[in-house]
Amino acid sequence: MEFFDRFAVPNPTFTIYASMVAIGLTMLAILVGITYFKKWGYLWREWLTTVDHKRIGIMYLISALLMLFRGGVDALMMRAQTAIPDNTFLNAQEYNEVFTTHGVVMILFMAMAFVMALMNFVTPLQIGARDVAFPRLNALSFWLYFMGAMLFNISFVIGGSPDSGWTSYFPLAGNEFSPSVGTNYYMLSIQIAGLGTLITGINFIVTILKMRAPGMTLMKMPMFTWSALITNLIIVFAFPVLTVALAMGTMDRLFGTHFFSIDNGGMDMLWANFFWVWGHPEVYILILPAFGIYSEIIPTFARRNLYGYKSMVISIVAISALSFLVWVHHFFTMGQGALVNSIFSISTMAIAVPTGVKIFNWLLTLWKGKIEFTTAMLYSVGFIPIFTIGGVTGVMLAMASADYQYHNTMFLVAHFHLVIIPGVVFAMIAGLFYWWPKMFGFMLNEKLGKASFWAIAVGVCLAFFPMFISGLDGQARRMYTYSESTGFGIWNMISFIGASMLAIGFILIVYNIYYSTRYASRDISSDPWNARSLEWATHSPVPDYNFAITPEVQSLEAFWDAKKKGHKLFKGNYKEIHMPNNSGVPFIMCCFFFLLGFALVFSMWVVAIIAAIGIFSCMAHRSLEQDHGHHISVEEITKTEEKLGGAKK
Amino acid sequence: MTKKLILFSSIFAFLIFLTGCQSLTVLDPKGPQAETTADVIMTSIWTMLIIVIVVFILLIVMLVKYRARNQADDYEPPYIKGNKWVEIICVGIPIIIVIFLSVITVKSTYEVEGKPKGYENDEPLVIYAASSNWKWHFSYPEENIETVNYVFIPTDRPIEFKLYAYGPIASFWVPQLAGQKYAMANMVNTLNLAATEPGEYMGRNASFTGEGFAEQTFNVTALPPADYQTWIEEIQATAEPLTEDKFNQLLEPGRLGQETYTGTHLEFSPPPTTHHGAKESDGTENTEQEMNDSMEDSMEN
Ligand code: HEM
Ligand SMILES: [Cu+2]
Repeated sequence: MEFFDRFAVPNPTFTIYASMVAIGLTMLAILVGITYFKKWGYLWREWLTTVDHKRIGIMYLISALLMLFRGGVDALMMRAQTAIPDNTFLNAQEYNEVFTTHGVVMILFMAMAFVMALMNFVTPLQIGARDVAFPRLNALSFWLYFMGAMLFNISFVIGGSPDSGWTSYFPLAGNEFSPSVGTNYYMLSIQIAGLGTLITGINFIVTILKMRAPGMTLMKMPMFTWSALITNLIIVFAFPVLTVALAMGTMDRLFGTHFFSIDNGGMDMLWANFFWVWGHPEVYILILPAFGIYSEIIPTFARRNLYGYKSMVISIVAISALSFLVWVHHFFTMGQGALVNSIFSISTMAIAVPTGVKIFNWLLTLWKGKIEFTTAMLYSVGFIPIFTIGGVTGVMLAMASADYQYHNTMFLVAHFHLVIIPGVVFAMIAGLFYWWPKMFGFMLNEKLGKASFWAIAVGVCLAFFPMFISGLDGQARRMYTYSESTGFGIWNMISFIGASMLAIGFILIVYNIYYSTRYASRDISSDPWNARSLEWATHSPVPDYNFAITPEVQSLEAFWDAKKKGHKLFKGNYKEIHMPNNSGVPFIMCCFFFLLGFALVFSMWVVAIIAAIGIFSCMAHRSLEQDHGHHISVEEITKTEEKLGGAKK
Repeated sequence: MTKKLILFSSIFAFLIFLTGCQSLTVLDPKGPQAETTADVIMTSIWTMLIIVIVVFILLIVMLVKYRARNQADDYEPPYIKGNKWVEIICVGIPIIIVIFLSVITVKSTYEVEGKPKGYENDEPLVIYAASSNWKWHFSYPEENIETVNYVFIPTDRPIEFKLYAYGPIASFWVPQLAGQKYAMANMVNTLNLAATEPGEYMGRNASFTGEGFAEQTFNVTALPPADYQTWIEEIQATAEPLTEDKFNQLLEPGRLGQETYTGTHLEFSPPPTTHHGAKESDGTENTEQEMNDSMEDSMEN
């Protein structure tokens, strides 16, 4: 019995028990359902073992939506708790767990997954490739992410959630002040998911550099692909810092080392530095693909080429370089003195310059256009004003002396939500509506889509503008409650109303997916938006091999010019296509990773060793395996192309 | 439609914001440091407002003028590559704004890090402020008294708070007197401030430290120097002495009310030896010698 005690949740409440039952029942229902409909084979063959970048993208997408739900429920709970003064809906411990998991889930398991989803689906298509450079590694990346996310999410029913903030500052996150296993979950699940991200980084850099269609020079790459390239470069430079920091933190917690402890030569400030040396580039890992998406959607629906392509490229490169030089702005108040703070203030504000260039270029792309307000376009132009407000408040925070007053307050919370939501979330939704027909061969409902935009746009403003005021009035972030005399009540109530509108908007999106899946017409062209880049040159949904004939590119807007100027994209006849084989090994290996993580969380060394052996066996298997992929014959290509509505010439 | 609603809601929010400014804690300073930051904040808000308005106007013009509905059916948007001069403007103006804000930032940061303006030549009162879960301990080495969760300071005299922590990183914040600074276990930080008006000010820990964080607040009372002296003498005459046992009890995690003692914990539980931000007479901060000392200390422990 004693063995099982460790799995108990330290602060159980009715909600947690209810969730346990709900999770148990859902799992059971899913298992029974799959068995009843005899879908195990399908699931295994088509999804669990797939190495197809499009299917991996879709699995990322589903996971991201699930995580959005989880993080969203956390958010609503927080806003409900703080909506009125002295509320007792959540106690301090519960509130601390909820804001911690909200931050981690939203940034690492929702936003990152969403970015990965679109990057996976779109990038190879945009460069005219058949898959990524290392398809099997790509599957490994996804399963590492997925198992990391699952490990993190079971924490609240087995052993207890982390509760020291998504930043997990030591010494608070050390054993002395966070004795429950929650922070172990934080360290290990992010570690596992982070390895996946790092692998993706390498994979996509190689893909973009080596697998572009003939004729597509770097300066003829679509903007989204450019942003994916730079994003993955940032990943490769930033994520190792996180990996090392998490490893040190894990050792502090599990093996009694003293990297970040108060005594024995430990240095608590080291964690904060490591965290933000990764953490600031991380926010740009999220925002750059979003910028890329807007740079695809705005020209498409303004019916014009992207203004200042070259300056767009230069500005993302500049942003990526600067993003490594600003991390100290997250702790101006640590006492490093006026000189250091001045330097980092200036480097931080410098980022606003390339960001401003991008905003002006989008505005100038609208100039002389013929603007059509589809849902994707609404989200893209709605992004500009809200993000501008988020951005200029960022510049205000960058002024060190003023930041001494904003730091750790609701003002800061308002800033980063007003950049992340219009920046990342709007972009992902816009991208979802935009590329949905390419993914599934039908379109999402525009009416529901626009309704969701209005709910979300107004919701964001209501939810986060009041925080500027309560922040300046002295409301610190992460307080589970406040007294009536502070006068924060009204602002937090408005914020709660805004959060509820956001929730309605997201529900509308999910309902839209359901509704369109049932009722939308399947009879759409492969280019329903009259778009400009290569992914629209193939069928919707896209066949396994992407392009029957590898396209040849002559200009920046290859597909547009094919339509308007009669450039010929596909020359020659079908040839046999060489494709990679599916493999179950990445999935199995990541199950071992999950087991390893779980065992380490609870210091179960024997299980951990077994899991580690499992992981290495999978790696050994891969090294010794002979797998040359398979070939798709010309007849089969002809048949598939016929079925999809005729060859693309 | 699209933009107008957003525009109106933001302008509306902004108006509420501006009209309320004077009554917002951070913008209602009672000392030179907080006044500097309040000025910086207001200057930056006005500057940023210009950018926001320019972007909003451009956006609305583009969206209204160039929407498909307002154009001929056969209109074909032109191919426009980009223009050197437009780009120079798009880069140039932000650079000028950034330079302007940088100058303000550097100047004001040195100001708030240094001695309060107008009190450069006065002898500062040194008060040690230590955070422990979830309390603040204030020690007055000169007056030889110690308080918990409240602090009295004289007006019109520079105060030097020496900040450190027993445990997690906390952030010392009295918004009406000065911005925040961290209190940490391995290092002493210095926060300079002064109060120009007598009064009671809210002080709190702004950096999350766990379960009792929301209530980790303290009261700052600024008194005219004479009243302050009376208060000191009264405490010295009436309060109980602080023993090591008693202090260790106080350090136990939990919440406490306001408490008062004679003597300080500095003798038996000295602060960390690494200093930052304190201007020593020779002008160096945190010498290498001190670093080595603290390393050795921790090795021995
Ligand atoms: C114009 C560009 C930007 C500037 C100048 C800027 C500046 C800052 C500064 C100075 C802080 C630290 C404030 C403090 O802790 O006191 C901060 C925090 C933050 N920013 Fe930004 N920012 C910018 C854009 C962005 C973007 C694009 C994102 C995300 C997509 C972002 C996400 C965040 C997050 C998540 C935090 C706070 C994290 C935390 O403490 O939990 N920022 N920003
Ligand atoms: Cu940052």
